[in-house]
Amino acid sequence: MSKVITPPVSQMKASRGGTLYRGREGMWSWVLHRITGVAIFFFLLVHILDTALVRAYNAVISSYKNPIMGLGELGLVGAIMFHALNGLRIILIDFWSKGVKYQRVMFWVVVGVWVVLFAGFAPRHLINVFSEVGH
Amino acid sequence: MSTVAAPRTPARPARPARRGINWEKWGWMYMRISGVVLVVLIFGHLFVNLMIGHGVKAIDFAFVAGKLANPFWQVWDTLMLWLALIHGANGMRTITNDYVSSVAWGRVLRGAIAFAAIALIVLGTLVIYTFDPCPNVPADQISLLPSFCRA
Repeated sequence: MSKVITPPVSQMKASRGGTLYRGREGMWSWVLHRITGVAIFFFLLVHILDTALVRAYNAVISSYKNPIMGLGELGLVGAIMFHALNGLRIILIDFWSKGVKYQRVMFWVVVGVWVVLFAGFAPRHLINVFSEVGH
Repeated sequence: MSTVAAPRTPARPARPARRGINWEKWGWMYMRISGVVLVVLIFGHLFVNLMIGHGVKAIDFAFVAGKLANPFWQVWDTLMLWLALIHGANGMRTITNDYVSSVAWGRVLRGAIAFAAIALIVLGTLVIYTFDPCPNVPADQISLLPSFCRA
């Protein structure tokens, strides 16, 4: 009969997160990569169909200009930025000899670059979206 | 006489090493190579469509028709379409393999993913190369066309 071996509670608390992976940067970057990937895939399906409806394009695109869609686009661009930057991090982990050693640092670099890019994009996009309201 | 299987005996006997192309390895390579190219293509796409000028506010039929009449953007959009859909479909396949334990459901879902990807690659490619930026429209809609249609 097998017995599940669990470390004493005191030891679990001492090592924050329990293991090197679970609950740490490695796991959360993986979770976010999956969620953003699935979201982008479903958007992509719709996005190719909308452009295929070129004849009715002005009607389709005008629906993208309402504020709710504008906020959705903001989320989408944020998701794409994270997926792109974390994807580059994954490539570095796989191919760079020091990638594994620096994977945690690179996760926080991804977060930092994401914040800078998003801060550059969000105000500009929101101004364009909300200045359209009422026209 | 039946005996208890040795610990860690696989449910199925291990397959002999396959010869020929290792598709899983090339799929793995594809995700990384297409990923790098897509970062450039999609960031460029977002920058030109959403950052320059009046961003999303300026996107209409004339904007899209003007872009798709230019061979540079035709090649850009074609690469983006093919690389992104295959990248996305392969990612969805990986997720299906991870979470769907039923063999039948796995087949159905992977089939649906492949169908959606192929249908949209064909549709998108047709749109890029066959559409008319200057269709015959009633006089009151001529202002909606790209400026070069009125020249």
